[in-house]
Amino acid sequence: MGIEQKTGNLGVVTARLEDVVNWARTNSMWPMLFGLACCAIEMMAAQASNYDLSRFGMELNRASPRQSDLMIVAGRVSRKMAPVVRQLYDQMPDPKWVIAMGDCASCGGVFNNYAILQGVDEILPVDVYVAGCPPRPEGLIHGIVTLHEKVRQETLKDWK
Amino acid sequence: MSDFRDVRIEELSHLLSERSRTGETMLLNMGPQHPSTHGVLRLLLELDGEIVVNCVPDIGFLHTGVEKNMEAKTYQKAEVMVDRLDYLNPLGNNLVYCLAVEKLLELDVPPRAQVLRVILAELTRINSHLVWVGTSGLDLAAMSTFLYAMREREKILDIFEMCSGQRMMTTYIRPGGLWRDVPVEFEAAVRDFVRIMPKRIDEYESLLTKNFLFLERCKNIGVISAEECIQWGITGPVIRGAGIAYDLRKARPYSGYEHYEFDIPTYQGGDIYARYMVRMEEMRQSLRIIQQAMDTLPIGPVRSNNRKYVPPPRSEIGISMESLIHHFKLWTEGFTPPVGSVYAAIESPRGELGVFLESDGSPKPYRVHYRTPSFANLQIMPLLTRGHFVADVVGIIGSIDIVLGDADR
Amino acid sequence: MDEKLQPVVQSLQARFTLSVSEFRSEVNLQVDKQDLPRVAVALRDEFGFNMLVDITAVDYWPADAPRFHLVIHLLSLQTNRVLCLRVPVDAADPVCPTLDKIYPNATWYEREVWDMFGIRFEGSSDLRRIVLPADWEGHPLRKDYPLGYEEVQFTFNFDEISQRKTAPKK
Repeated sequence: MGIEQKTGNLGVVTARLEDVVNWARTNSMWPMLFGLACCAIEMMAAQASNYDLSRFGMELNRASPRQSDLMIVAGRVSRKMAPVVRQLYDQMPDPKWVIAMGDCASCGGVFNNYAILQGVDEILPVDVYVAGCPPRPEGLIHGIVTLHEKVRQETLKDWK
Repeated sequence: MSDFRDVRIEELSHLLSERSRTGETMLLNMGPQHPSTHGVLRLLLELDGEIVVNCVPDIGFLHTGVEKNMEAKTYQKAEVMVDRLDYLNPLGNNLVYCLAVEKLLELDVPPRAQVLRVILAELTRINSHLVWVGTSGLDLAAMSTFLYAMREREKILDIFEMCSGQRMMTTYIRPGGLWRDVPVEFEAAVRDFVRIMPKRIDEYESLLTKNFLFLERCKNIGVISAEECIQWGITGPVIRGAGIAYDLRKARPYSGYEHYEFDIPTYQGGDIYARYMVRMEEMRQSLRIIQQAMDTLPIGPVRSNNRKYVPPPRSEIGISMESLIHHFKLWTEGFTPPVGSVYAAIESPRGELGVFLESDGSPKPYRVHYRTPSFANLQIMPLLTRGHFVADVVGIIGSIDIVLGDADR
Repeated sequence: MDEKLQPVVQSLQARFTLSVSEFRSEVNLQVDKQDLPRVAVALRDEFGFNMLVDITAVDYWPADAPRFHLVIHLLSLQTNRVLCLRVPVDAADPVCPTLDKIYPNATWYEREVWDMFGIRFEGSSDLRRIVLPADWEGHPLRKDYPLGYEEVQFTFNFDEISQRKTAPKK
């Protein structure tokens, strides 16, 4: 009805700008290869053929932070590694999101001592926390889908 | 927190050659975040063009302080932290800790538990080698091997989940035996796995073993001789790839390995290809051991009855007063071991994994130290990479098979 | 004692002052730190203990002399026997001679002992911190170093901790 009826034959579709941009961002979110410890192995298992991450457009792990949108912090962040994580996050161009995968990245996990950061949110703003030690691949996929839902609700004002 | 970029070159000058100071050679940082370093390993490469002159490994980016943290927990609660060290060999870490505690306490382990421990340890070994073949293949640009290996690994993880409820960090092997008996579906699942796996290993070999590109990237790269292996204290597939048949399962058998018939695969050459061949053959030998173990699995309890150290099953607590008291004491205070120190070691997929445990009679371990094979084997990186191209460094790291959780603890 | 280790221990006892103890069929030899390099050379060359398995340490704080015991495990590949050497180190003088001229892989183990306990190895070719950042202060595995844990937030202390805890970084 309305405009689509008149322009439909010409091959023109109208939609809200926010919907289109958010749809494009969620469907091709490229994660940065950032596996630290045991959760990285479950992330690799999630990317393999049994629990396919390719259906979200994420089978390609970009090694360079300059080319990625999503940082999945998979594993425990030690005090020596913390400046590295922060530098990599700073090198990622906007828009960028962070998933804290696993208990160690969310809150320090089993390790409550001098050497481990009690949650990567001490140094980065985290969008989604995925619990588990390590979380099942389905758990990680649930986290990614939650992030997609969060991104789809972003408005013009939230864009950087 | 230190700024890792401040690598002061003067500190490292004793490890680099003279030419780095004049600028004739270039220092390249192969940083902690890298697709091919198998974790958070940092290598400082001194390059003359594309040839590596020196290589300085920098570890510690995954230092977890496990040894200090275990001193603050009782023996049973400390075992939870132990799976997460070498995260590709979680049941192996459990097993070596339990062997050390059982040696200290002189605790008996029933025969059914011994056989099940062997089956689980060998499944963990196959699991680790599958991840190794997948990721090393991925580094050397053989992507399909990764997907095939992960497909098989899912079957092993299903077996672990069936036994303990967790895919990876199971903490299933406890002092005195296992946490609980395996379910009825276990035998069928393991036999099915052993039946289909040999053909799958043939599949991986058909992709890689005679592949011209794989051979070009692996033959005569990263060579280490047998004498150097002994001097540098290298164990595992690295020393077996250099020709010495040293395997702890035969040298100092534990958990009933002396009852099984299996070969120790060795290969001559000491290069990446030799280590690859050793690991592929080890997977086949592991299947052989699992087959024998399944055929000889006895019936009986899976955990020791010594109620001073082993908590009673929950069903007994309602009917027996002593069981309730034992349960209460063990879970609130813990058990009191004798004073002394022990060293126990197993053959992990990477080499000799040992635990040095010292007790002072209190319910918390006084000192737990893990002698990890990745820490020991990483020392030879400078030796192996000298004179090779930068592209070979990637293959060499993969062939030593390091896990940084193991190296940094 | 194991029949393969008996002659080794007897021969060493004749030449050096050491005390032998056995626990759970493992042989522990307590050696003085000045004798350590010569004992190691004798074990490597004459008795075939050609592989160094591990060097670690134990802290006995608040005991002062000795405060640490350096624990060294040596392996003989031919006979498959492991021997454990213990070297007492005092708190006032936490220095020990290095083994890296005898066993090249001792370097990293000694670096870890330096990092975690603060025992210096004289003559070492490379003594820097290994698993902790280069500017870390203190030696964590000493018993007087705190664990450094964060107090866990339960319901009874939730508000109290929220007030002093910094909010997650935005």
